[in-house]
Amino acid sequence: MKQTPVLEKQIHPAKPRRRTFFTWLWGTLITIGCIEIGWVVGTIFKSRKQREETKRAEHLIEAGLIENYEPGSVTAVPEGQFYISRLDDGSFIALSKNCTHLGCSVPWDEKKQTFVCPCHGSTFDQTGKVLSSPAIRPLDYFPARIENGLLRVDIATPLKRQAFDPSQTVQM
Amino acid sequence: MISEIPEKRSAFTHFLLHLHPRTVPAETLRYQLSFGLGGMAAALFVTLVITGILQLLSYSPATRSAYQSIQLMYSTHNMAGYVRNIHFWAGNMLVIVSALHLLRVYLTGALSGSRRFNWLVGIIIFLIVLFANFTGYLLPWDQLAYWAVTIFTNMATYVPVIGGWLIETLRGGVEVGPATLENFFALHVGILPAGLIFLLIWHFWLIRKAGGLIQSPALPGESKKRVAVVPHLIQREAATGLCLLALLFVFSALVDAPLAEQANPGESPNPAKAAWYFMGLQELLLHLHPVFAICIIPLLIIAGFASLPYWPDATLPAARWFGGKKGARLALVSVVGSFLTVILAIIIDEYFFRATTSPQTEIIWLTRGILPLMSLGLLMVVFFMVIRKKNNYSKAQAVMALIMATSGFIIGLTVVGIWFRGPGMALTWPI
Repeated sequence: MKQTPVLEKQIHPAKPRRRTFFTWLWGTLITIGCIEIGWVVGTIFKSRKQREETKRAEHLIEAGLIENYEPGSVTAVPEGQFYISRLDDGSFIALSKNCTHLGCSVPWDEKKQTFVCPCHGSTFDQTGKVLSSPAIRPLDYFPARIENGLLRVDIATPLKRQAFDPSQTVQM
Repeated sequence: MISEIPEKRSAFTHFLLHLHPRTVPAETLRYQLSFGLGGMAAALFVTLVITGILQLLSYSPATRSAYQSIQLMYSTHNMAGYVRNIHFWAGNMLVIVSALHLLRVYLTGALSGSRRFNWLVGIIIFLIVLFANFTGYLLPWDQLAYWAVTIFTNMATYVPVIGGWLIETLRGGVEVGPATLENFFALHVGILPAGLIFLLIWHFWLIRKAGGLIQSPALPGESKKRVAVVPHLIQREAATGLCLLALLFVFSALVDAPLAEQANPGESPNPAKAAWYFMGLQELLLHLHPVFAICIIPLLIIAGFASLPYWPDATLPAARWFGGKKGARLALVSVVGSFLTVILAIIIDEYFFRATTSPQTEIIWLTRGILPLMSLGLLMVVFFMVIRKKNNYSKAQAVMALIMATSGFIIGLTVVGIWFRGPGMALTWPI
């Protein structure tokens, strides 16, 4: 293997610059080609993602009359896959059912008054705040509003947060 | 020194000789040198391609019909279910066989000189095999598939900066849904196999360029005895490949590939687990800060393995397992020691620390990230120094001890994750 360069030198005393140039050119073209293919694949995947996103720009779900929710209660809304939690002060927060640890769906434990994740045992209180790890972030929430005594929740995109804040709730 | 070359060759022999050289060194025929692992991986790949193509006829890649199409494979009186079983078990076997193949190549010192680059190609192939397995895992659209993919893609969102973007692109949306199934189907049956075929051809070509299987360096004046590939090598390859296939087919006839209830995004099974080859990661995630468990440690391990041939004097002598008997003992001690240590660490963390950790982000960075990583690094450095100075091992063998310890670490985490985690991911005894 080691003798090859020596042999080549004997046949071609100086490697023609033209050949070096063409070798370089081919290398560059192939690299550009690979980048282009990668880019094409990327745009296709991206357009699929956008198609999904436009499908759900706003997705309002009616969660019923606000009188149906007792203060201090947590109710699952099956058609939207989220919870309506009415806090003790009478305000509402719409909580995503997906655990912020690894995305398992979290059931509400009525006895313990906490959300307990079946996968890794993270627990959350009724505002979505983490009570015990491994989850780090509170449960995501959805923007909600009250119109004519009806609670409407936009489930298009769950909103991430680092801590509970009253601005995430809706007041009556 | 060519001992025998058949005079007349059939067209088939000519074809075989396009894949192989005409003769190979006699010493590389020894089964214990390679255990035929690379050949087995290639045989499994061919099996996967054939059974995969057959399944295109019976599988329907849409969330509405995917699950039913798999059920139909088993209920109607045809062989589709059997083909699926073979595909499933071959895929899982391929993960194990390629991992062992990587270890074999390293432990027989087959990554010096022109094999260096091929080692990198091999590592990329291994990563694609994992990814191909993972994308195939979703396709049945049952509870196992749905939650394993939900969990794993959620794990990946912890990768800093690009994680969220990457996962939404891969999922084709915010959640695992119809677009995810379509994406994964395209990756699993098109993009990844095409990439694999290209890389495998390159891989084989690089092996031939490097002179075939690794052999011990020739003594001065010694010329190695060579034997004809047909029949010597071909017979051995056929024996290995056919035994493997026989085992695979019998196993697939006896054990069906798993299929749980149809996917239900509203209800996660308890416990919800990732695919088995990612259970080490999931286990690590229970103990460490997500960025460390999902990103930093795996990247360090991959970088460590990939850079192996580029460290000076860190490659084991060619064609001698573990670089000799003494090295074999060291390898055994390293892998078993690290396996037991990691199990002990998991138990201690589970019962003494994990429950008491408060979910405060700033402290977790330190106690569940930097500190464990630093102590792990320190442990490795001390171990390296001790075997180097006190026991007088060569540098290559000391590096080998670290690699074996890392393997023990991965195996330990994976074993605990697969078998010893029950409901709520609490430690339990299997069965």
